[in-house]
Amino acid sequence: MSNVEQLTDLIRARFGDDLTSCELSSIDQVIIEIPVDKMLSVFEALRDEPAFRFDTLIDVCGVDYLAYGVAEWQTDDSVNTGFSRGVERITNMADELQARPGRRFASVYQLLSTELNYRAIARVYAQDNDFPTVQSVTGIWKGANWFERESFDLFGIVYEGHPDLRRILTDYGFIGHPFRKDFPLSGQVEMRYDAEQKRVIYEPVSIEPRVLVPRVIREDSRYSGDDDAKEASNDA
Amino acid sequence: MPELRNLTLNFGPQHPAAHGVLRLILEMDGEVIQRADPHIGLLHRATEKLAESKPYNQSIGYMDRLDYMSMMCNEHCYVMAIEKLLGVTVPERAQYIRVMYDEITRILNHLLWLGTHALDVGAMTIFLYAFRERETLIDAYEAVSGSRMHATYYRPGGVYRDLPDFMPQYQTGKFRTEKEASRLNENRQGSLLDYLEDFTDHFPGYVDEYETLLTDNRIWKQRLVDIAIVSPDEAKQLGFTGPMLRGSGIEWDLRKKQPYEVYERMDFDIPIGVNGDCYDRYLVRMEEMRQSNRIIRQCIEWLRENPGPVIAESHKFAPPKRADMKGDMEALIHHFKLFTEGFCLPEGEVYTGIEHPKGEFGIYLVSDGANKPYRVKIRAPGFAHLSTMNDMVKGHMLADVVTVIGTQDIVFGDVDR
Repeated sequence: MSNVEQLTDLIRARFGDDLTSCELSSIDQVIIEIPVDKMLSVFEALRDEPAFRFDTLIDVCGVDYLAYGVAEWQTDDSVNTGFSRGVERITNMADELQARPGRRFASVYQLLSTELNYRAIARVYAQDNDFPTVQSVTGIWKGANWFERESFDLFGIVYEGHPDLRRILTDYGFIGHPFRKDFPLSGQVEMRYDAEQKRVIYEPVSIEPRVLVPRVIREDSRYSGDDDAKEASNDA
Repeated sequence: MPELRNLTLNFGPQHPAAHGVLRLILEMDGEVIQRADPHIGLLHRATEKLAESKPYNQSIGYMDRLDYMSMMCNEHCYVMAIEKLLGVTVPERAQYIRVMYDEITRILNHLLWLGTHALDVGAMTIFLYAFRERETLIDAYEAVSGSRMHATYYRPGGVYRDLPDFMPQYQTGKFRTEKEASRLNENRQGSLLDYLEDFTDHFPGYVDEYETLLTDNRIWKQRLVDIAIVSPDEAKQLGFTGPMLRGSGIEWDLRKKQPYEVYERMDFDIPIGVNGDCYDRYLVRMEEMRQSNRIIRQCIEWLRENPGPVIAESHKFAPPKRADMKGDMEALIHHFKLFTEGFCLPEGEVYTGIEHPKGEFGIYLVSDGANKPYRVKIRAPGFAHLSTMNDMVKGHMLADVVTVIGTQDIVFGDVDR
């Protein structure tokens, strides 16, 4: 598809230094990275200018890069012990975080132009790891409303300028942001009906987290075209 | 004079017309809605987080349970994302099978939508008719995957197995006489393809039957025409996709515009609406069923004549045949590795979108090179459509809320994920 290359060139030529990067991945997808302070002007131009016409926002997705590239079981050397199922989940998260200031949370936008039949993926990193903030695009695409609420709910990314930034998917009164990588899969609290108190009560979870299949990263290039795919995203 | 204020009305979460667990907070001025605030998440299962904790091939089953009315389409998008990142080509026969089952799924979904939409609005009969045809198609699901709903039939690299040569037969028993059984087995004498062909012969006639019940029905029109009109520009702003977007008169269908699998070889039309109201969206979906029927027929024809493999040969991501494992050590090792550790995807990210019966269903997959996805984002069409509830019902009557929920074709499995 040569018109994807064309689109990449067009975006590069139009925005230039306003973007952190703009590349064509090995699977022909345009991936652009925009700094937070430029995002609104870039998105507005992408929507309105006749060369782009990204009239539909398909999706907004939060990503937490905290544990990116971290495996639970290192298999570089041969060892005489196996993988323990009660393994402590990724312990070196704090180090990871230090190594990636301002690169932990990202908001990823899937753009679609129904007029020109283009797609693009746009990524905006939130600068502050402790209080991630990006701009809201609800003023540009109305449909972003719930997607941003979802990302706020699950990742705690704050969308500045959002008209109604409330939790959406989690329970009323939920504490924490469940899709962050440091939030356990089993959650923090469980609830049950207490017959004595005659009400539903919350208490700390009683199940222990365990890993059935360890997360491993295989460096061996089993697949053809592996090298190309590696270039696809240098966001680590 | 007494002070007047708006009435806040709670709708759901357990309401038969809410299609699951939707809670709506409606601010009413008399019987006119001023503001609608849907509360969702009552069915939130954190599918995305669960998928992050499992190898890639173990999450296919979760995809069925998202939009549990169009199971195989969800799977399709997920395995397509994996295949794109792996750089795998799917055998042609598998592509045809996928297209055929996607269209079967579309009919299944639209039949359920039609039945429940009509039921909500007040027409009971159509519900029973729609479920009669759904039964036939669900049997086709069962014949191929062993499961009536949650099929887990699509796998990275193809489909689980080839189409069966025999259809399962009804047995006689305490509650079924021989005569009855043979009547039920009449269309099950041949292969699955014969069975489906028999269905496609009759189905357009059934759609005509539904239309005689509804299309010119005075009550149906009174309830649907000019309700929740969405202009083309507004539809794009709100992020509409699929039949909702086409109902507003925008000719956009991923099967035509960004064809995947073998859709570019299929001959079918894209119906679009004119006014963008509930009635147009009804007409669009009805026509889509007829077009899906056409696509199924074309697939049947091709599949009859072109036998071949249905899953990629590489055992790095597709399991070897059971028979091979008995004699081949390498096949056994592949099988063991695949079902314990799974396979690793190259580092990268991918977005795939497919034309799901409800709109654009998308999977955004981020891989850091591990055997589990780093992040899976499911872009559910229902979520985007339900978010526009406030814009669509504002200024309408309370009874129209039910019509709008019906026209949005909401299923909570995929709204809440």
